Amino acid sequence: MIGRRLIGAIPVLLGISFLVFLLMHLAPGDPVVLLLGDDATPADVARVRHEWGLDQSLPVQYWQFVSRAMVGDFGQSLKFGEPVLKLVFERLPATVELAVVSLLVAILISIPIGVYSAIKRDTLIDHAGTGMALIGVSLPNFWLGIMLIYFLGGQWNLLPVAGRIEYGIEVKPITHLYLVDSLITGNLTAFWSVLQHLMMPAVTLGTALAAIVTRITRSSVLEVMRQEYVMTARAKGLSERVVVWRHILRNALITVITILGLQLGALLNGSVITETVFSYPGIGDLLIQSISVRDYRLTQVLILFFGIIYFVVNMLVDVLYTLVDPRIKL
Amino acid sequence: MVRFRHLKVFMGGCILATLFICGVAAPLLAPFNPQEQRLEPRLQAPAWMGGQSAANWLGTDNLGRDILSRIIYGSRISLLVGVTTVILAGLVGCFLGAIAGYFGNGTDEAVSKVTEIFLAFPFLLLAIALMAFLGQGVINIILALMMSRWVQYCRVVRGEVLSLKQRDFVTAAKALGGKDFYILLKHVVPNTLASITVVATFAMAIVIISEASLSFLGLGVPASIPTWGSMLNEGRSYMNRAPWLTIFPGLAIFITVFGINLLGDGLRDMFDPKLRRQ
Repeated sequence: MIGRRLIGAIPVLLGISFLVFLLMHLAPGDPVVLLLGDDATPADVARVRHEWGLDQSLPVQYWQFVSRAMVGDFGQSLKFGEPVLKLVFERLPATVELAVVSLLVAILISIPIGVYSAIKRDTLIDHAGTGMALIGVSLPNFWLGIMLIYFLGGQWNLLPVAGRIEYGIEVKPITHLYLVDSLITGNLTAFWSVLQHLMMPAVTLGTALAAIVTRITRSSVLEVMRQEYVMTARAKGLSERVVVWRHILRNALITVITILGLQLGALLNGSVITETVFSYPGIGDLLIQSISVRDYRLTQVLILFFGIIYFVVNMLVDVLYTLVDPRIKL
Repeated sequence: MVRFRHLKVFMGGCILATLFICGVAAPLLAPFNPQEQRLEPRLQAPAWMGGQSAANWLGTDNLGRDILSRIIYGSRISLLVGVTTVILAGLVGCFLGAIAGYFGNGTDEAVSKVTEIFLAFPFLLLAIALMAFLGQGVINIILALMMSRWVQYCRVVRGEVLSLKQRDFVTAAKALGGKDFYILLKHVVPNTLASITVVATFAMAIVIISEASLSFLGLGVPASIPTWGSMLNEGRSYMNRAPWLTIFPGLAIFITVFGINLLGDGLRDMFDPKLRRQ
């Protein structure tokens, strides 16, 4: 099944790359003029365009991009003058670290609150839980980030407002995930610094996800609680704990997994704006930089990366579907 | 319970009605022209925060423009973009999700491939790329957001339909000779309405926040039109000196989205027949 899905991914990835290639090329503005500035002579512009292959026809440029991509050669970044793959891999671990910490924050908060709210439906606990979820889902993450920077960073000086680690503290790179690397090497000073730098961005990114998953978990558990097999389980005299864990949660998780799968993509998307607000050196921040100067090579590769990550997540969600609910056939 | 449900609809409805009135009657309600620049009262704090001008309830920005007036005018864009996008994206997404889930095979494969392509795009990038291609403008932002939001409906409806079509009532309807589209419209889709309402609620909230995000990045509507996102972006540079420039537009977005979610929650509880029976 996974093999079939992997083969099915090829046209999707080609479709993504083609659409992005087309959009980036049809958008107004010349990347060479943007990069060289208004003072560049037409001869300079023509020379650079020729060097970068931008004077070729669009199909030729796309074919060159795809054929090079097959051997892992994505060319040089127009803005940074370095191989794009190197730039992406330098920044990718920061985004992965931020996304994982945000996801953990979101899951740890949301699923217990969602389940408990549903079980204690219409009590004060339920109203508090749903109220918090409502507030969380209504907060624009960039505003939340700005407010956190203003209060926790500016007014109370509790947390660092930008970057990934304090200047001057070094982490020996092993996995390039600073939290993991600092733990492996036993560098607790670095670990604490990285954690402090991650706190505000992770809360900013994870709040909306936590709120959404809380709501979906509650609504899904309530839905399942109304099913006849739950009544049957209770009528059989099973303990409430067994009914909740074995009969309600397992079925309620189908919707939760769908939403988590969908929201993982949103988490990566949200990283774009969160990283911009916090000047966090991940691929989201790199993406905004590359788009602003129309560094289309870098942009294409970044989108392909997002596409690959997202496809893998979707595939895992589909596989999880069948594990959680055997009635569903793919 | 019934009272609480109605309270949510009432409160959410009141917030939305207030914003709707603000948007429609902005020229009558705004105390100043939102674009009027006055150099003397630049970066004036609200009077209740120690500012000197009682006329500027929420203070002024770096060009002396009245914050309250700009927030009132900004509600127009948020509501217009939010409502239109959710309706258009919902129609497209639910239709495709329902037929993909119900008919399966080739239809599901084709719809899934298209959704996978759209889902694989980072939402902001897709919106940014489309805005770069289409250019700034209200219609363009609606198109860009619609193209990136319809897939959410599609995936959730498809998932629900996949599960629902295995249920006994669908089998019974088929055994009684019901036509596919009749069963889909009459028996399957109505059972997905609770989920669609939840998704639409979130979508409306996300669309309004996304419009603000694009404006925050300078990619939304033209600078000549005041929007909450662009106000936040402009105010960011003066955050320590004039925090009201970022606090109030953000609060406006928050209250709007909060109202929509409250209304959606209440409506879902009211319209869900299973919940009503309990």
